[in-house]
Amino acid sequence: MKGYDLFELAVRNLRQSKLRNGLTTVGISVGVASLVAMLSLGVGLQQLATRRLAGSGMFDTVFVTSKQDFRGFDREDDQKTEHPEKAPVLDQPARDNMAHLQYVTEVEPEVRVMGEVVYNGQTHFGFVTGLPMSARENEAFDNLQGKFFSGSAADELILLNEFAKELDPSDPKQLIGQEVTLRYGERQALPAESTDRPLLSGAQSNADSTSGDDFGFSVVRKTQALKVVGIIQEEPYGGMRTVSRGRIFLPVDLTEKLNMAQFTDMRSSLRGAGGKTYMTLTVRVKDPGKVAEVQDAINKMGFRTFSVLDATKSLRRFFTVLDLFLGIFGSLALAVATLAIINTLVMAVLERRREIGVMKAIGASDSDVKKLFFAEASAMGFFGGLLGIALGFAIGKAINWGTGIYLHRHQLPAEAVWILPTWLIGAAIAFSIVVSLLAGLYPASRAARLDPVQTLKYE
Amino acid sequence: MEMSSPTTTEATQTVRTDNVCRYYPMGGDLIRAVDGISLTIERGEFVALLGQSGSGKSTLLNLMAGLDRPSSGSVLVQGRDLAKMSSEELARYRRNDVGMVFQAFHLIPSMTITENVELPMRFAEVERAERAQRVRESLERVGLGHRLEHRPSELSGGEQQRVSLARALANRPLLLLADEPTGNLDSRTGEDILNLIRDLSLSLGMTVVMVTHERALAERFAQRLIFLGDGKLVSQEVVA
Repeated sequence: MKGYDLFELAVRNLRQSKLRNGLTTVGISVGVASLVAMLSLGVGLQQLATRRLAGSGMFDTVFVTSKQDFRGFDREDDQKTEHPEKAPVLDQPARDNMAHLQYVTEVEPEVRVMGEVVYNGQTHFGFVTGLPMSARENEAFDNLQGKFFSGSAADELILLNEFAKELDPSDPKQLIGQEVTLRYGERQALPAESTDRPLLSGAQSNADSTSGDDFGFSVVRKTQALKVVGIIQEEPYGGMRTVSRGRIFLPVDLTEKLNMAQFTDMRSSLRGAGGKTYMTLTVRVKDPGKVAEVQDAINKMGFRTFSVLDATKSLRRFFTVLDLFLGIFGSLALAVATLAIINTLVMAVLERRREIGVMKAIGASDSDVKKLFFAEASAMGFFGGLLGIALGFAIGKAINWGTGIYLHRHQLPAEAVWILPTWLIGAAIAFSIVVSLLAGLYPASRAARLDPVQTLKYE
Repeated sequence: MEMSSPTTTEATQTVRTDNVCRYYPMGGDLIRAVDGISLTIERGEFVALLGQSGSGKSTLLNLMAGLDRPSSGSVLVQGRDLAKMSSEELARYRRNDVGMVFQAFHLIPSMTITENVELPMRFAEVERAERAQRVRESLERVGLGHRLEHRPSELSGGEQQRVSLARALANRPLLLLADEPTGNLDSRTGEDILNLIRDLSLSLGMTVVMVTHERALAERFAQRLIFLGDGKLVSQEVVA
């Protein structure tokens, strides 16, 4: 029998007992809805948790240091490093290489210096730190007043609210858009003195070059006019990073352009490596799941790396288990619906014994009869699936609405805890059809086995 | 083909049974519904199977229709042994080579007249456009040109039997099997139906095997009467 004939016959048979088949279809839809609602809740909670974790900016970052530096902090690491003095330094070429690694989105130094802001003739002391453009995604900027930096080297600054209050206790907000003066220490390289002898133990052969060598530096007071563009309430990166601990935030490239002197510059000067080196580089990775891979690649380049244990991995494991349980609970209703399908179809077989016999007598094969019942089962599955998704969608909206109200009462921003991914729509329909077909297995084979001679006996 | 012997009558035979038997177990007993019947039916012949109820005539008809399988012996239709066919092949045989008419009409009550006649063509995978034409053609042959969108229950018995006849003709069978086709009809209508069957047999060259217990009717329409009793062939009469 051709597909469209099968479909037509199946639909007309279903319409014969509208109430019964309708109720069965509704039963399937309730099953699908509970499954969809449960699984989408799992997906939503998982996305919420990963979004929060990614927002903290801790789990997608690798901190890189040279093995020449910070020795003695980690004995095990020291023992493993055979010739720390020969280890590569964090210079510009190394930084560029890291930036070209796969999955790496940003490589920035950690800049934290002392500074003073002059406003209304008053000076206010604070630590100045450099923030990369990616800091915009950090959760500290969720409640940003004003704007984020317009460019990675823009003459702009963002203030921590408590510092802004120090500047203008009555109305800190009006600072946004105002120009202030930043006073800072500029690092000015000094030429090598004649008494300076080439470093003997230095691994870098270019140590003896004179011009451009980081022989030493002066710290000179400088001022720079900057525009206040924004105010944040809390420290970025949850106060966990070096750059978190500041009250005045500048675009990181600007801090480099201004050549702000850092404490750690002394190390660079001692080394005499022939150019500026970094103590720490912060490598940002596209996806927390790829941190290990990037870390590995940087280790191979000969650097020491550190990252916060990828919490998203254990989170994923937790959510897999949660999804499993939610799925099992969701499936219970579907299992009941399966019994309803079996029942409906068995009834249909009993009711249509005569009709099945007639069909066989006029040329239907066993497989035609079987296919017809499968078509009826899958049609109920399909429509039940569609209806179930609509119903599940409504339930999910209700969950979101309810949590929204609850969060609002607790002065928290609304969160989507329930998310219906596209794949789940397709999967739910496919799944309900498959389940219906499985449920149709027994009734269909029973119908196909009917003996036409028995069913056609004149009664 | 394997069972056929090269006799001169082979080409003109439609149905041949060779010592065909059909036994049913029933509560420890073995019912010999058909017990060693051998007969041949020529192409285009109108044959009546007569006998008391329980004589095995309906069982023999079902064996010829491929709805039932013999316990032993063979049923050859155009040289092909039905006993050796798979259930799929039997379905194809019923679909393409056989038309059936029943005492109780056995139309599908939820379908319209048109849909009932169309149904066997759905199984035979006839194209839609051709179906519509063949439905009309079949219904015209049985003299039904109106009320095509009615349900069977809205028709008289005679009309219903005409529809079932039209359904039997839909796939242009070479063999028409009728099981008590007049049993549910008054005598006038019954005669009309049998007239129709005879005319169709003549005009389409279709072989007809009819089960009946009304000897008078059989004598008027059939060319040959075959009498069965207790599952055995009792006698045959050629009607002059």
